[in-house]
Amino acid sequence: MGRKMRKGKRKKKNFIQKAALFFIIAMFATSFAMPILLTITNSFMKEEEVVINYGNVYGSYGEENGYVSKEVNLKLLPDMVSLKQYETVLLLSPEYLFKFWNSVILVVPVVVLQIGVSLGAAYSFTRFRSKSQEGLFFVYTLLMMMPFQVSLVPNYLVAGKLGILNTYWAIILPGIFSTFSAFLLTKFMRRIPVSLMEAARLDGAGEWSIFTKICIPLCKSAIVSVAILLFIDYWNMVEQPLIMLSEKEAYPLSVYLSTINTGEITLAFAVAVIYMVPTIFVILYGEDYLVDGISCYGGSK
Amino acid sequence: MKKIKKYSFLAVSLLGVAVFYLIPFGCLIYYSFVDNPVRGGFAGFENYIAIMKNQAFLKALKNTLLFSALSVPLAVILSLLMALLLEQNIPGKSWFRTIFLSPLMVPSASVMLVWQVLFCYNGTINRFLTCLGRGKTDFLKSDYGLLVVLLLFLWKNLGYYMIIYMAALNEIPAELLEAAIIDGGSGAQSFWYIKLPYLSPSILFVSLMAIVGSFKIFKEVYLLAGAHPNDSLYLLQHFMNNTFLAFDYQKLATAAVLMSIGLTLIISILFFLESRAGRDLEG
Repeated sequence: MGRKMRKGKRKKKNFIQKAALFFIIAMFATSFAMPILLTITNSFMKEEEVVINYGNVYGSYGEENGYVSKEVNLKLLPDMVSLKQYETVLLLSPEYLFKFWNSVILVVPVVVLQIGVSLGAAYSFTRFRSKSQEGLFFVYTLLMMMPFQVSLVPNYLVAGKLGILNTYWAIILPGIFSTFSAFLLTKFMRRIPVSLMEAARLDGAGEWSIFTKICIPLCKSAIVSVAILLFIDYWNMVEQPLIMLSEKEAYPLSVYLSTINTGEITLAFAVAVIYMVPTIFVILYGEDYLVDGISCYGGSK
Repeated sequence: MKKIKKYSFLAVSLLGVAVFYLIPFGCLIYYSFVDNPVRGGFAGFENYIAIMKNQAFLKALKNTLLFSALSVPLAVILSLLMALLLEQNIPGKSWFRTIFLSPLMVPSASVMLVWQVLFCYNGTINRFLTCLGRGKTDFLKSDYGLLVVLLLFLWKNLGYYMIIYMAALNEIPAELLEAAIIDGGSGAQSFWYIKLPYLSPSILFVSLMAIVGSFKIFKEVYLLAGAHPNDSLYLLQHFMNNTFLAFDYQKLATAAVLMSIGLTLIISILFFLESRAGRDLEG
């Protein structure tokens, strides 16, 4: 009887501890989610209300536009809901969709071709682990970790020599040969048991068929993981367009959004949400792949 | 013949890496030692001495290093705490994981408006401070700017590092932890004597990622404060961008070579420590 009571007490203590933990994490998570949620809810705010609440973010909006609150009011939910700004962005003013399209044609070739090129490299780093290849793999790793302050200088130099400055090639070509996915795919491929490939070789398969018939099929989910990580990274690009492109017209939406100023503030939230949409799909459908990718990235072996 | 076969899979990638990264980097090293790229007179270490005296470079370097010194320890510790908390069996664990990861996935440009609304002069944080009887600060135009960026950095990256820790925690043999409980070990003991040793390679890896990440913070600063921010937010990438605009190849090359040497050293040391920590665990 006494023992049972003690057990009950401990259970109660455990429960309180768990509840406290839950509360802490929930608080933390709420503050993490806020910026994204606020962006989404505010995108449905009616134009007049946006001006009243946020007109003063970039200094004074001017009295001629009617009443503007002197203080900026961050609203969790808009008082007046409207879809008009979405209509404007999606149907009436094509320049935003055009910028969105700029982002797409910059990102998609980089993601697809970088993975294509890197699969070969990863196979090589997995199968032929000679000293020279291990050395090269370390060089690849270093290159992957270099920030843009360093890596954009050589890129710029080559782009100048090739005469592709101010074109998308100046961003796409260095992007294709960026070593991030070679690094990550190598880490994934090295998890495939060597015996599997050796067995195929003993059965008379050439390196090419081991590569295409064993390695690539086994790496399918790894490829998805890498593609998602690459997509997130390049969809968010800012540094490359700033240096490689001089015409504002050609900027992808990521950079263009930062140039949105007082005049367009009513549309800004809607544009921001539209730019977010592809990544929201990633959150909904690709999270496990993403987690796999990051885990493998950080794995010590 | 065998050698050709060995490199054939690597060929395309290696060619591209050589053309776009390695060869031009070699040119940069050359540029950093000449006085003029056209004539090409050997200048010894003059460019290096000049850049170490360059006020803008020093300021950018100081700010970047200060930011790393603040952000890396915080990121390493906070994300570890988050991973340990999520390891407990609390309801809604997978939801929390999604939420902590979402800042990483959403493009920075999209959420920047909310950050601006929060931290601008007439913004929400300032209103809150006024209510508490404190004066208004224009965060982004003051020395507090770096703190705002620090918050942004943590918000964006903690989830990422947390996942790395969670993967490592998963690999700790369950028998070890169970044995500790049976032997009457406390939670703290099993953390210090079992989890921490197993986590040490990950801690080093997260430190590495955080250092590299803290050098990459320019994107958010640019979106938040534009190309010409307050002095406290003037980072190495700003210095490079301005040098790009001025077509000053010597300065550009020298700065890039210096930074790459510094980073290579840091990365090599951390990699070495990480692999040693990993080996200790197996042995």
